[in-house]
Amino acid sequence: MLEIRDLTCGYEKFHLREISFRVGRGELIGIIGPNGSGKTTLLKAITGAIKPQKGEILLKGKNTRHMGFRELARTVAVVSQNIPASFMTVEEFVLLGRIPHYSRLQFLETKKDEEIAQKYMSMTDTLTYQHQPMEEISGGERQLAVVARALAQEPELLLLDEPTSHLDIKHQTAILDLVRELNKSSRLTVMMVLHDLNLASEYCDRLVLLNNGSVHRIGTPAEVLTFQIIEEVYETVVVVEKNPISHKPYVLVVSGQNYEKAS
Amino acid sequence: MNRKVTRWIIWTLVLTGILLITGASSLCIGSAGIPLREIVPLMRFGRGTTEYSILFDIRLPRIILGFAVGGALSLAGVILQGMFRNPLVEPYTLGISGGAALGVCLNTALRMSHATGSLSMPLSGFFGAVVIIAAVYSLSLRKGMLRIQQLLLTGVMISFISSSLIMLIMAVSRTEDLHGIIFWIMGSLQEPSWQLIKLTVIVSICGLAVSHLFCPDLNALSLGEEEALHLGINVERTKKLLFLLAAMLTGLSVSIAGIIGFVGLVVPHFVRLFLGGDHRILLIGSFLSGATFLILCDTLARTIISPMELPVGVITGILGGTLFVYALSKRRVLFGRS
Repeated sequence: MLEIRDLTCGYEKFHLREISFRVGRGELIGIIGPNGSGKTTLLKAITGAIKPQKGEILLKGKNTRHMGFRELARTVAVVSQNIPASFMTVEEFVLLGRIPHYSRLQFLETKKDEEIAQKYMSMTDTLTYQHQPMEEISGGERQLAVVARALAQEPELLLLDEPTSHLDIKHQTAILDLVRELNKSSRLTVMMVLHDLNLASEYCDRLVLLNNGSVHRIGTPAEVLTFQIIEEVYETVVVVEKNPISHKPYVLVVSGQNYEKAS
Repeated sequence: MNRKVTRWIIWTLVLTGILLITGASSLCIGSAGIPLREIVPLMRFGRGTTEYSILFDIRLPRIILGFAVGGALSLAGVILQGMFRNPLVEPYTLGISGGAALGVCLNTALRMSHATGSLSMPLSGFFGAVVIIAAVYSLSLRKGMLRIQQLLLTGVMISFISSSLIMLIMAVSRTEDLHGIIFWIMGSLQEPSWQLIKLTVIVSICGLAVSHLFCPDLNALSLGEEEALHLGINVERTKKLLFLLAAMLTGLSVSIAGIIGFVGLVVPHFVRLFLGGDHRILLIGSFLSGATFLILCDTLARTIISPMELPVGVITGILGGTLFVYALSKRRVLFGRS
C-alpha cells in the first residue's frame, strides 16, 4: 500500500533522515517516538505538505510526487490534531470530506455524497448532534466528527495524528476501537501517530519507533516495547509488563525520586 | 432537492428582490421627486425632458455603478476574509486603496490629467493599485508559497506608507488641487463615462461568476490551509488566484468610485451572520447585499442635505459601523435564530 524509500525531508533545523519502510494493505501501523523525533513531519511528507528532498514515497506503487492534489486526497485521508472549532454544523463539516470526489464544475453535493456522510456519521455515533455547530460540542465529539469527515473521503490509507490526545479513556477507546474495526472489516490501511505507548501497543499490528529523525526500530509491539529500547530512546526509567487480558506489553514510568529510593 | 438548497434559492430571490426595490426607489427619490408610475411613460416618451435626463443621465448611472462597486467590494471582502480566515480583513487592508489613492494624488499634483483627459483619474488610480498589488504580492512570496500572514502585514504597512505619502503630497500641493484630491479620496459614485460604468459592471459580474468556481476551495480553506490540502485543494494556486481576483475587483472599484470604506468589511459579516459560513450562498449573498447597501447609502448621501451632497463614504462608514457594532452586541441572539 505504502512504501517509503530513503526519505529525507524536513525544515531548516530538523530533518527526517533516510526513512525506509513498507506498509502492507490492511495493516495498522503506529508511529511512536519522543517529542521532536519527526512523527508529524513523516505524516506531512506523506500528505504532500512538505516535499521530499531525497528518496520517494510510493502509494499503491505510484510516486506521490506525480499524483495530483485531488487524486492524493481520494487515496489518503488525515485526522489532524487541531481542527478549528467553527460555526459550521457537524453535518456540513463531514460533507467537506466529499470535496476530493467532486467533479470539476460540481457545485452541490449529490445524493450519494449525502448518503456517504450519513453512513459515516452513524458509524462514528455523531448523527445525534449532526445539526449542532462544531464549536458547541465537546472535544471528544468533535474528534469523532473529524474521523467521520476523514472516512467520508473514502480513503484507502487513513493517517491519524495523535487522535486521542486531550480525550478521556472512554473517547480514546471509542475512536481507536472504531479505527481497528474499520481496519479489520474493510481492510482500511491505517497509520497513526500516538504518544501513548500503551494505546499503541494495544491497537497496532506493528510499531515504527522514530528517534532524532531516523527509524530506530520497527516491529510488533512486543519487539519494540522492551524496557531496554524505551529507556534508551526516551531517556526515562520504565517497567514493561504484560497486559493480562490482551497479552500486549504495557509501559509504566518510574519517577526519578522513586528510582533513586529503590536503587 | 434538499432543504439547504431550497433555503439558498429563497434567500437569493429575497435579496435580489430587495436589490430591485432599492434600485427602483433610489430612481424615484431625490431633490426632484419623480413618482414610480411616471417612470415607464418617461422612459418611452420623455426623451429630451429634464426629468428624463435626471433619471437616466444622473440617477440611473449612479445606481448601476453602486450595484457594481458595492457588489465587487463585498465580494472581494468575502473572498479575502475566507482566504485569510480573519474577520478583520477587508479589500482596503491590503493596501490596494492606498495605492490607488496615491496614484490619483500624484496625477493631480503633477497635473498630468491634461494629457489623458477624463480617463486620467481612474487610469492613474488603477495604475497605483496594480503597482501596490504587485509589490504586496511579491513581497509575500517565498519559494513559490504565498504566506498569508506576511501578505496581511505587508498590506497594512504599505497602506500606512501610502497614506503618509498622500499627506505629504497634500501638504505641498496647491490649494486648488487639494479639493480634487480630498473629494476623490472620500469616494463618489458620480461617473460621467458610461463606458467605465459598463466595464465595472461586466468585471464585477464576471468576478462573481469566477469566484463561484472556488466555493469548495473556500469552504475547505475555512478549516485552515493544511486541512484544505488534505481535502485535495491546490492551496497555493487557489490563494494566488483568489488574491488576484479580489485585488482586481478592488482596484477597479477604487479607481472608479474612490475610497468607499466599510462595504467590504461589514456586509460579508452581516451576511455570514444570517446565512451561515458556506461560501456557496455567502458569495452571491454578499454580492447582492453589498450592491443594495451601497445604492441605499448613495441615495441617503444625495438626499439627506439635498440639494447638497454628502460623500458616500461618510454614509457607509457611519451606517455600516453603527449597524455592525449593534450586530456584534446581538451576535448570540442572531446565531441562536439561524
